[in-house]
Amino acid sequence: MIKRNLSGRKAVILFIFSTIALIFIIKLFFLQVVDHSYKLSSQNNVLRYITQYPARGKILDRKGNLLVYNEAAFDLLVIPQQVKAFDTNEFCQLLAIEKSDFNARLSKARNYSRYRPSVFLEQISKEDYGYIAEKLYHFPGFYFQARTLRHYPQPIAAHVLGDVGEVDQRNIDRDSYYASGDYIGKSGIERFYEKELRGSKGLKIVMVDVYNREKGSFQDGRYDTLPIAGKDLVLGLDADLQAYGEALMNGKTGSIVAIEPSSGEILSLITSPSFDPNLLVGRVRGQNYKALQQDSLKPLINRAISGSYPPGSTFKMINALTALNIGAINEHTEFTCQGKLSRPIKCTHNHKSPLALLEAMENSCNPYFWNTFRNTLYSSKFKDHKDAYDYWFETMHKFGLGVAFDTDIPFELTGNIPSSAYFDKLYRGSWNALTVRSLSIGQGEILVTPLQLANLAVIIGNKGFYYKPHLLKSIVGDTNLPETYKQKIETGVSSEHFEIVKQSMLDVFEGDHGTARYYKIDSIQAGGKTGTVQNPHGDDHSMFIAFAPYDNPRIALAVVVENAGYGSTWAAPIATLMIERYLKGKSNRPALEKRMMETSPNKKTP
Amino acid sequence: MIRESRVSSIDWLSLSLYLILMLLGWVMIYSAVYDENHSSIFDMSQRYGKQLLWIILSLFLGAVILMIDAKFFNVFAYPIYTFVMLMLVGVLLFGSTIAGSKSWFQIGGFAIQPAEFAKFATALALASYLGKLNRDLSLWKTRLTAFAIIGLPAVLILAQYDTGSALVFTVFILVLYREGMSGALMVIGGIAAFLFVLTLYFGQWYVIGGLAVLFGISLLMIRRNRSNITKMLAILVVGVAFVFSVDYAFEKILEPHQRTRINVLLGLEKDLMGAGYNLNQSKIAIGSGGFTGKGFLQGTQTKYNFVPEQSTDFIFCTVGEEWGFIGTTAVILLYLLLLSRLIILAERQRSAFSRIYGYGIASVLFFHFAINIGMTIGLVPVIGIPLPFISYGGSSLWAFSIMFFVFLKQDANRLNIL
Repeated sequence: MIKRNLSGRKAVILFIFSTIALIFIIKLFFLQVVDHSYKLSSQNNVLRYITQYPARGKILDRKGNLLVYNEAAFDLLVIPQQVKAFDTNEFCQLLAIEKSDFNARLSKARNYSRYRPSVFLEQISKEDYGYIAEKLYHFPGFYFQARTLRHYPQPIAAHVLGDVGEVDQRNIDRDSYYASGDYIGKSGIERFYEKELRGSKGLKIVMVDVYNREKGSFQDGRYDTLPIAGKDLVLGLDADLQAYGEALMNGKTGSIVAIEPSSGEILSLITSPSFDPNLLVGRVRGQNYKALQQDSLKPLINRAISGSYPPGSTFKMINALTALNIGAINEHTEFTCQGKLSRPIKCTHNHKSPLALLEAMENSCNPYFWNTFRNTLYSSKFKDHKDAYDYWFETMHKFGLGVAFDTDIPFELTGNIPSSAYFDKLYRGSWNALTVRSLSIGQGEILVTPLQLANLAVIIGNKGFYYKPHLLKSIVGDTNLPETYKQKIETGVSSEHFEIVKQSMLDVFEGDHGTARYYKIDSIQAGGKTGTVQNPHGDDHSMFIAFAPYDNPRIALAVVVENAGYGSTWAAPIATLMIERYLKGKSNRPALEKRMMETSPNKKTP
Repeated sequence: MIRESRVSSIDWLSLSLYLILMLLGWVMIYSAVYDENHSSIFDMSQRYGKQLLWIILSLFLGAVILMIDAKFFNVFAYPIYTFVMLMLVGVLLFGSTIAGSKSWFQIGGFAIQPAEFAKFATALALASYLGKLNRDLSLWKTRLTAFAIIGLPAVLILAQYDTGSALVFTVFILVLYREGMSGALMVIGGIAAFLFVLTLYFGQWYVIGGLAVLFGISLLMIRRNRSNITKMLAILVVGVAFVFSVDYAFEKILEPHQRTRINVLLGLEKDLMGAGYNLNQSKIAIGSGGFTGKGFLQGTQTKYNFVPEQSTDFIFCTVGEEWGFIGTTAVILLYLLLLSRLIILAERQRSAFSRIYGYGIASVLFFHFAINIGMTIGLVPVIGIPLPFISYGGSSLWAFSIMFFVFLKQDANRLNIL
């Protein structure tokens, strides 16, 4: 052995050791000091951003009664990785689900992620929760997450309040606030006041381990934000009146709209048939929604704002007001009526002739209003009948007809007031008062919604003005009602002309021949007008508009009962019961009340 | 002046480094598997509690070794080697399989891995064999015997599917080099490894093209006589043949998981949720530590189990994540210091046995150090071998401690050898 030669190799070996150590240190320098991307990756690994859902705002009626509040419900979540073998039969029984359903749900969760929680069964009620939670410890990997569901203490006003459902892709695209799985108001108040009701979401940042188990809050919650609860809304709606009206409309198709004339607040907005709003909450929502959609009576339609009816006789008053306003007639103007022989429109009522405006309105005399309408279109104030028609058309808009109020009720229809352009097209430019004579008695192309009809009652009760009908009374913690609901809207028809119209409506109750004289309300003077509206699709619609008390009306309303015949048989008694209920709290005509609630006008409609 | 070694003659520097690394490892294990419900570092139900037990037992073993006559290990080198080889055979027959390797004896709640002790036994046997007078490593007989001593345990361990531990035995080539074997073997080995990687990375035709270009350049630079040209041609032919055999070796000899590990390392495969997961999470852990680290017990990557095997093979991640660049550099320098010190101690031995044994343990420690840390920072394919003194585990800690104390004893006794 030549030892001297070999000891130099020590240096080679030490060199190798040092080189490796140096390479490591250089590599670590780049990994730890130069490159920052690993910091980010580490945060992505460990931080989970958990949305904190705020409580959705409650909805109250004008007297502070709860219409909608939140009730706790529970989602059953599963982390597939933590699931251990268990008795599936027992589990399925506990949750009342089919075994095949169980398998489908579990494999869906597995496909999503083995380590992250996904919803296994959604929206389990408070009652079921208690029962299931007690036994849940047998089934590791499953746990509950609380969330809130809308609850309606009274099964009323489904269409007004609207419903809440999961956001769809369009909601998410339109508003970045929403994420998949969030809830949003789909219709009614819930939809219109979504921004106020929803509040704002909070964010909690937690650290999780590789199995997605929570390990505590990130930096002691320094970056967490708390959810801000949604605002509570107070509606102008009177829950008692709403419930009463819905009961009166039982078994009938139609609508009742009641408005406070001095504010435009909607006291009740009833459509029939309706449904219990609790049906569209929770797990049963999809199934119930489908059933409601397929119901031949179409309970999902809100007839109060989207039912379009010819206004019939109730419209004669508006034509009279327009004519009075431009001097086409005055209250003493008389026209002759030849009853069934009258041309171009016959009269079915038996009364004297010639007659003046007040008598004509009391008797709903068609020839009188045809003459009034003709005088309006051929008034010397206008260049020609088309010019006059345009004025008439404008006036209708001022009465809120043919246009939407653009108020806080989504999906409101405009009704229809035909324009001169429409007739120009229809009759190729050649038309005159005779051509459009049906308009004079509220038939023909004219369509109005019950909301518009009720607003007509408001206008007459107020003698010429109204406030935009609206549901909102106030937002709790927010003093300002939107300006648009506080503005007085003038029709442009001078208030003196309303006197005679109001008088005629008083006579409907008080007069010897008044069509609603049998339904006169004790100690309350009211104005009303019946309408029996011809309906090309079936029996006449029974219609009634009214306001009360006569002098300073506190309620104005319209009642429409489809295919129920005379206005005086169904709509009028219902309207008077509503007035009585609102102004006196109860009715002293229990027999009438009972009959209205329990009978149906038409055997054809079940 | 023949007398028993005294405590005063122990090399306190290397002993201190050993103790520092071991205690550091204990604290790192505590941090890596920290559990709020078991927050005491002495909790025996947790790995950190158990590791403390292994540490105490190691120190006890160390004390025993220091009291045994230094000559014992030279004399009993072959019996010990034979015994461990029998254990390796025994584990193949009776052992239990943990993590795919049939390399454990299950005794009660504890598992012992004979492979860890095979390194010690091999170092002893090799030192004993080469330490005899007139051994000449330029003779094929000596070389083959030495290779056999090294190769036997490697083959037995390979049979247990513990490739990582088997690879450790290649490091004894450093010992042979120190004892006189030609360095050419190391150089050739290095070039072969380099060509292997190049071929996998670029494909064989590019590498062969490169070799041809190199051949051309060399022809221009050397004296072009017949013998030189013949040599160069021979090298070229061998090189090309090797390159051609790489694909075959890669596809046919390596296990699929080994192939993916190499591919991941070379960036040829990027499956971050599958094969590349370990390496990626390991780099994230170390990289996210930054310059100063996240602080003691503040590591999220390791504590929340994103890094696999965070207390054993990937313990270095905890160092990197919680103590940052400062910590990793410190650990590397501690190792370098220990390795250098062992080499210096080996060189000052009077007996060939002690010197060769010293080189043996320095080489084994170096291999573990290089492969383990290289693996966690993505310089070496994932090979599951522990970081000496730091990784959790009784077998490896005891084996390394025994190796270390035996050498410490030899060194303390060096003056008694004539």
